[in-house]
Amino acid sequence: MHPFHSRDDHRAAAAFTIGGVALAALAGGVIASRLAGRERTYSQPEDAPDKTLRGHPADDWREDTVVGRTVTIHRPRAELYAFWRDFSNLPGFMQHVRSVDDLGDGRSRWVVKSPAGSLEFETRITEEREGELIAWESDEDAPVRNSGRIEFRDAPGGRGTQVDATIAYDAPGGAAGRLIAKLFQKEPKLQARRELKRFKQLMETGEVATGERQGPPPAEPVSAPQPKAKPKAAAKPKAKVKATAKA
Amino acid sequence: MRALAWHGKKDVRVDTVDDPGIVNPRDAVIRITSTAICGSDLHLYNGLIPTLVPGDILGHEFMGEVVETGPKSGLKTGDRVVVPFVIACGSCFHCGKQQYSACDNSNPADQADISETAYGYQMSGLFGYSHMTGGYAGGQAEYVRVPFSDVGPIVIPDGLDDDDVLFLSDILPTGWMAAENCEIEDGDTVAVWGCGPVGLFAIQSALIMGAHQVIAIDHHPHRLELARQLGAKVINFKDVHVHEALLEMTGGIGPDAVIDAVGMESHGFALDSVYDGVKHAMMMATDRPHALRDALRACRKGGRVSIPGVYGGVVDKFPIGALMQKGLTVKTGQTHVHKYLPQLLEMIGEKKIDTTFLISHRMSLEEAPEGYRLFLEDQDSTTKVVLKPEWEKGRFQA
Ligand SMILES: NC(=O)c1ccc[n+]([C@@H]2O[C@H](COP(=O)([O-])OP(=O)(O)OC[C@H]3O[C@@H](n4cnc5c(N)ncnc54)[C@H](O)[C@@H]3O)[C@@H](O)[C@H]2O)c1
Ligand SMILES: [Zn+2]
Ligand SMILES: [Zn+2]
Repeated sequence: MHPFHSRDDHRAAAAFTIGGVALAALAGGVIASRLAGRERTYSQPEDAPDKTLRGHPADDWREDTVVGRTVTIHRPRAELYAFWRDFSNLPGFMQHVRSVDDLGDGRSRWVVKSPAGSLEFETRITEEREGELIAWESDEDAPVRNSGRIEFRDAPGGRGTQVDATIAYDAPGGAAGRLIAKLFQKEPKLQARRELKRFKQLMETGEVATGERQGPPPAEPVSAPQPKAKPKAAAKPKAKVKATAKA
Repeated sequence: MRALAWHGKKDVRVDTVDDPGIVNPRDAVIRITSTAICGSDLHLYNGLIPTLVPGDILGHEFMGEVVETGPKSGLKTGDRVVVPFVIACGSCFHCGKQQYSACDNSNPADQADISETAYGYQMSGLFGYSHMTGGYAGGQAEYVRVPFSDVGPIVIPDGLDDDDVLFLSDILPTGWMAAENCEIEDGDTVAVWGCGPVGLFAIQSALIMGAHQVIAIDHHPHRLELARQLGAKVINFKDVHVHEALLEMTGGIGPDAVIDAVGMESHGFALDSVYDGVKHAMMMATDRPHALRDALRACRKGGRVSIPGVYGGVVDKFPIGALMQKGLTVKTGQTHVHKYLPQLLEMIGEKKIDTTFLISHRMSLEEAPEGYRLFLEDQDSTTKVVLKPEWEKGRFQA
C-alpha cells in the first residue's frame, strides 16, 4: 500500500507531531536502544542528560533522529498526564497533527498533515505509568516509523511539573524517503521545542498564543469548528457594537 | 480599517487593512481612541530592529474602548481601557513573579525561536514591535486585537481624559521602574541620560521616590527645560564635561545611581561614537551605547545602574572594567508594565503625577507619517506625538 493519501493541505507543513516528526522506529524500544546503543565517552561521571551530549545524534538529524527537550509547566503532574494520555488532545497543540483517534487497547490512529497530503499511521502504547510516563510506538508499516516517550516529574519549589519529551523517527529510503525529508526542512529539535511550548501555553493559559489578527489560531486542528466569521464592512460605522460572549 | 504600517527604513504609511477579530478565548478587540509614537518606534523607523516585515502594523502605546470580547476576556463591551505594551499571560512562572516582560507564554512558539536563539530564552510578546516579539499587530490603528485581555488592560474610571492616562501603556511605568531600579536612598543623587519621554518620567518618579537631587543630561534645550520644570538640575552635554560636572555637583562622590534613558541610538561627539557609527553603518554592530558608557563611568563606586533604554544586540567597547572594579549593580529590562498600573493610575487620579505636560502634538491617524518625521527630526520641540484615530484626516494640533 502506498503510504501517502493525497489530500489537499493549505498549510505547507515542515514537520509533524512533537519533533515535528516523531517518526521512526527501530524494532523495539526505539529511543532507549538508540540512546543506549551510542558510544559514549565521558571524561568523568556526568549529571547532564544523555541528550545534551556533544555530537548527539539529534545534532545531525539526517543521520539519526532522536530529539528531546524538557519544559517546566506550572500545572499539577496528574493534570498534565491526563491531558496527554488522551491522544485526541494532541492536535490542539501539535500543528501538523490533524487528528488522533483512540482505537482502544492503547492503540491510536494518527492523521498527520504533510505537503504530500495526509499521512496515516497507527501507534500502540508500549509503556505507561499513571501520572509519570507514557511511551508509544508506531506500527512497522507506518509511512514513517516513529515513537515517543514523555515523562512527568514534580518540579521543585512548587513550580509545577517538569515534562521531558523524547521522540525518535526513522525516515524510509527511496522516493518516499525524499518526500519525507522534505517534511523536515526545519530542524526537528526546533519543531519539538515549538510543540512543547504550545503544550505549555495551552496548559498554563488555556490557549495557544498567536499573532494572527483573525481566527482561527493556526495550531487548532483544521477540523475544529470555525468561529463565526466577522462581517467585514468596507465603511465602518462609528460605534462598533458587537455581541459579547459571556465569560 | 486604517492602520500605520512599516514599509522600510523611514517609510511608514497609513494603509487600509482587514479589521482584527477575536482569535483566542481571552482576546478582546479595542477601538483605539488615542495612541502615541514612542522612542522605541524610532528604532523601528530607523530600521534598527530586525524581523520587521513590510506591512507590519506599528504602535504599542494605545488605549480605547472595548468593542468585542472572547468568552474568557474579563472585559465588557464599552469598557475604557489602557493596554500595556507588554503582552503577558498572568499565569506562568515569570508572571507569578511579576516579571511580565519575561512571560513564557505570550510569544507564539514559531516566533519565540528568534529571541531564544539571540538571548538564550524567549522574551514576551510585545505589540507592534517586530516578529521577534511575536509579530502582534500594533495599536497605531483604528482597532487592535488584545490577547490575554483579562490580565493586561486596566479599566479607566470616568473623569480621567485619554491624555491623563494614555502613558500608563508604556513610558510612565517605564520611567517609574527605571527610578525604582535605582533603589533610591536618603541623600541620593540620580543622574539621568536622555530627556525624552522615558527620561522625563524617570526624573519625575525619582523625585517622588525621595531622591535628594536628579541631574538630567541631554542636548536639546526645550527637553532640558521640561526636566528643569519637573525639578531636576540640568546639564547640556554639548556645553560641559558631563563627568566633571557630575563630580562637582555631588561633592566629588559621583551620582549614587545612573539611568540610561537613551538606548541604542545615542548621539555623541566623542571618539567612541564615531567608531560606533562606522560599525553601525557596516552592520557590524547593532547598538551605540555612548550614553551607557558615560553613565557606567560616572556612577559612583558601589552605585546602581538602571537601563530602561532599549538595546537589542551586542555592543563594542563595553566598560566592563568600570562595572566590575566599582562593584556596580545593574538593573534593566522591558518594563513589567502590569505590575505598576494600579499604583500609577491611583497617583494620576490623586494628581500626584501629571503626564499631559509631555504632549507636544496631537494629530489624526492619517498624519502619523508626519508625526514620525517630526519626532525624529525635530526632537527638541516634538516631545510626544499622540494620534487620534477618531479625528478626521488633516486635523493637527501642535
Ligand atoms: N525599557 C522599556 O520598557 C522601554 C519602554 C519605552 C522606551 N524605552 C526606550 O527608552 C529610550 C528612550 O525613549 P524615549 O521615548 O524617551 O526616546 P527619545 O528618542 O524621545 O529620547 C532620547 C533622548 O536621549 C537624548 N540623547 C541622545 N544621546 C544622548 C547622550 N549621549 N547623552 C544624553 N542624552 C542623549 C536625545 O537627545 C533624546 O532627547 C529608547 O531607547 C526607548 O526604546 C524603553
Ligand atoms: Zn513605548
Ligand atoms: Zn506569563
